Amino acid sequence: MTEMQFLTWVRGPGLDIAVALFLLGVLWRLIEIYSLGRKADLSAPRHTPGASGWHTVFRRSVPPPGMVKRSPVSYIGGYTFHIGLAIVVFFFAPHIKLVESVTGLSWPGLPSQFVDFVAVVTMAAMVVVLVDRINKPVKRYLSTFEDWFTWTVTFLPVLTGWLAVQHLLLPYTTMLALHILSVEILLVVLPFTKLFHAFTVFGSRWYNGRVNGHKGVAV
Amino acid sequence: MQGPLIDSLVRQGITRRTFLKYCATLASMMALPPTAGRAMAEAMAAAATGGQRPSVIWLPFQECTGCTESITRSHSPTLEGMIFDMVSLDYQETLMAAAGHQAEEALHNAMKANAGKYLLIIDGSVATGQGGAYSCIAGRSNLDLLKEAAPGAAAIIALGSCAAYGGLPNAKPNPTGAVAVTDIIKDKPVVNIPGCPPIPVVITGVLAHFLTFGSLPELDKLGRPKAFYGDTIHDRCYRRPFYDQGKFAKTFDDEGARKGWCLFELGCKGPVTYNACATVKWNDSTSWPVESGHGCLGCSEPHFWDAGGFYKALSMPADPLKMAGVATVAGAAAGVAVSFANRAKKATAKAGHETTTLADLEKE
Amino acid sequence: MSASLDKGVRVLKEVIDAPIASYFNSCVHCGLCAEACLFYTETGDPKYTPIHKLEPLRRIYEQEYTLLGRVKKRLGLSKPVTDAELAEWQELVYNSCTLCGRCSVVCPVGNDIVYMVRKFREGMSASGNAPEGIKGAAQRTITIGSPMGVKLPAVKAQMKHVEDDTGIPIPLDAEGAEYMVMLSSMEIINFPEYLGAIAKIMKQAGKTWTLCSTAFEATNAGMQIGNSDLARVIVSRIVDGAERLKVKTVISPECGHAYTALRWEGANLVGRPFTFEVKHIIEVLGEFQAQGLLKTEGKETDRLTFHDPCQLARRGGVIHQQRSLMNQVAANFVEMPDAGFMNWCCGGGGGASAIEEGEELRLEAFKKKKSQLDAVKPDRLVTACANCRIVLEEGLEHYQMDIPVVGLTEMLAEHIPDTATKSAEQQGA
Repeated sequence: MTEMQFLTWVRGPGLDIAVALFLLGVLWRLIEIYSLGRKADLSAPRHTPGASGWHTVFRRSVPPPGMVKRSPVSYIGGYTFHIGLAIVVFFFAPHIKLVESVTGLSWPGLPSQFVDFVAVVTMAAMVVVLVDRINKPVKRYLSTFEDWFTWTVTFLPVLTGWLAVQHLLLPYTTMLALHILSVEILLVVLPFTKLFHAFTVFGSRWYNGRVNGHKGVAV
Repeated sequence: MQGPLIDSLVRQGITRRTFLKYCATLASMMALPPTAGRAMAEAMAAAATGGQRPSVIWLPFQECTGCTESITRSHSPTLEGMIFDMVSLDYQETLMAAAGHQAEEALHNAMKANAGKYLLIIDGSVATGQGGAYSCIAGRSNLDLLKEAAPGAAAIIALGSCAAYGGLPNAKPNPTGAVAVTDIIKDKPVVNIPGCPPIPVVITGVLAHFLTFGSLPELDKLGRPKAFYGDTIHDRCYRRPFYDQGKFAKTFDDEGARKGWCLFELGCKGPVTYNACATVKWNDSTSWPVESGHGCLGCSEPHFWDAGGFYKALSMPADPLKMAGVATVAGAAAGVAVSFANRAKKATAKAGHETTTLADLEKE
Repeated sequence: MSASLDKGVRVLKEVIDAPIASYFNSCVHCGLCAEACLFYTETGDPKYTPIHKLEPLRRIYEQEYTLLGRVKKRLGLSKPVTDAELAEWQELVYNSCTLCGRCSVVCPVGNDIVYMVRKFREGMSASGNAPEGIKGAAQRTITIGSPMGVKLPAVKAQMKHVEDDTGIPIPLDAEGAEYMVMLSSMEIINFPEYLGAIAKIMKQAGKTWTLCSTAFEATNAGMQIGNSDLARVIVSRIVDGAERLKVKTVISPECGHAYTALRWEGANLVGRPFTFEVKHIIEVLGEFQAQGLLKTEGKETDRLTFHDPCQLARRGGVIHQQRSLMNQVAANFVEMPDAGFMNWCCGGGGGASAIEEGEELRLEAFKKKKSQLDAVKPDRLVTACANCRIVLEEGLEHYQMDIPVVGLTEMLAEHIPDTATKSAEQQGA
């Protein structure tokens, strides 16, 4: 198979399969989780403004008092790579074109040199949080194969994308094909690993905020 | 510099100085040191003098003759065409005067007289379907002709995307079983000069290199001269700043198109295409596809006909996403099925609830 | 019937719901919950990481309620939860967790870990893996009526004692009273001043109130052990008593988990909304203060700080009232770092103080409370939970810190002018 054929395959059948498995997985897992339902709370609620499920969905993105000092890498590293991923994924022109071609939605992109810089910062942050996971006793204790695997599967798309644009390691066509392939792998495993928190974080924060909001505590 | 070549050029209105400049340009295009330009000039002049002109045999296979047209369709025919004064073009169906048995005889004589030393140029793909019957000359298949001519060649130039990769005939479903020269010949040095057609100066540059140094220039993984195929169109494109700023033409005659914005969205394959079009350009540097407002087709890359469509941007799926709808429904169905199973399990657990009393806090 | 792993697993299958499923699927192993838990921060032992305390529950969820988990189980590729494992987890689920809820507040993906621990205790208790100390408390609460074994005669004796002291009659089973007051065993035995304080406050406020002979105990050891069946038995007594006496509001005393058990779990345990309100005494005092019914004289002048009981503030929603009340009677009230809804647990709630074998861990975890106190160096420490008081006193003694602990209600009552009670003396006896 030539470089071009590999690229055409990942842009064609590969993408089709990956997106299909992704959608299948997401629907299945969302329904599997949330259909378990929850019993209604019969205790009398305490109404406090600012205490609700919705509030917590957003407010939980702000670190609670005293926590950043206890684990700065988790917060600073975490914010950096999440925001970095968002910028690289959603504001790089070719990515926006992809979304547009599939959904029709589009928005202005950011200069590619800036995205390039953000990609490097994102990778650096990801390496930092990986090292932290290895060094910190609690993270190391909790970590399983899945943690290392999902880190790799998330890191590779950024790395291969950056290498492609930089024309490093392998010729562009191959690097681009590997980049697209790495994204396809990410899509397929996402619903079945902790990466699914991308979807469930909203439900979890909402339930948490609601249960505590019922008691009048804004969490 | 003296000699019949120089005299001949002067008669055609080309000064010695112009000839030297041309050789220097050629050498610099191939990223050779300045002395190489001089060496090329001397080698080519010397070649034109004696009876030591290297034999060149040009075999056309399943081709459209576009490659021949390209090399002869140069702005200053004397400068390109003069290369044919440096070589002995012993067989070239479009250009030679002879035809029929005379032509075949010329071919075999040349092959015998120059055995082991001639340069074999192939353009067009090699048809292998039905034993090669899809493309025959003088009743013999291209496949046989290639196998006969290759052993005696010093080197082979696979000219054009058809000879280099199988080209257009190779596009799905490849009814003639078209393949590249390198799919058949494995034991000879082969230079691929892809392009549909290739840029004229690329052909000239390779021939000049061979004439001067007796060897083929440095080749990349696909056997293409790195001097001309070392960078992608994207990396040398004059519209690149627009790409970086995200300014794309969305149709062929919108404002962006008229302002000369990047053609990525209109399917330009510049990023994955290695060729010299963006720097050397066509028609003696008049223009090239992107400059004329059409995206690069990627014609110097293998299988460019089957790369997902000329007008589909590289960031678009090559084929429509056919399975997404079904997959969504299937996923939902799986989820619902599990939810029913879960419900049943919970109900069973609830039904089997044994109220805990104090005694039940102790294990059996 | 007796406890068994099967029973435990069955109960867990009943209680697993969408929130729990969402939480387990959201956890990214970031370990921030450990940074919020005093049992980890003061020991440095990662096994006390809150989400790790739920590992057997997570596996049960996966193996029972996910398609892939079920398939893995069928193929023999998953690790079953065993009784031995649950026994091993007893320390994590009980000794090192007071249901304080800090972990639930910090988890970045929104996991309500304390919600899950509470539910996990259902399975732990049903499988016989609850600690001896709390089992004993539960037993005493169910059979005798109170975890410390206090019976009605003892209560009546205290009532008489308080009546003599204050000159205010203590009503018992007064039908139609506005407030039904409950006590916790701790108060009956250790802090009888509480009852006297209530009497003075109610008299000044001019409110009718009563004790209930069948429901004087607020402490719910069933909730601490984590068993809804047992908790229901205990709560039902209170519900029956409140309905029998037709009171408007039931007051939960200065106790943390008693409030949680009745105010938030109660209606769900008995399966119907209450016909009466439930308030913590601090809430009631806050209302009286706002309505001008709590008039006090003078202020404490020594340096005071306040320890927010977890179940009152972070888990109960009563956060500003105690500060307002402190400011009314304290001239020198300083807040500890992290005071209010982020306060650190005393280390003994949720039944933990009843677990003998957990004492060493509790005392080590107390270093966190010590550091909070060291930062403000108070003369005295005020709080609103009798269990916190005991645990705090034990901890302070262990670290040789001379900081007396007082209850807020008592302290407020001390500043109620005697004119309120003098007239009673003249009238009464």
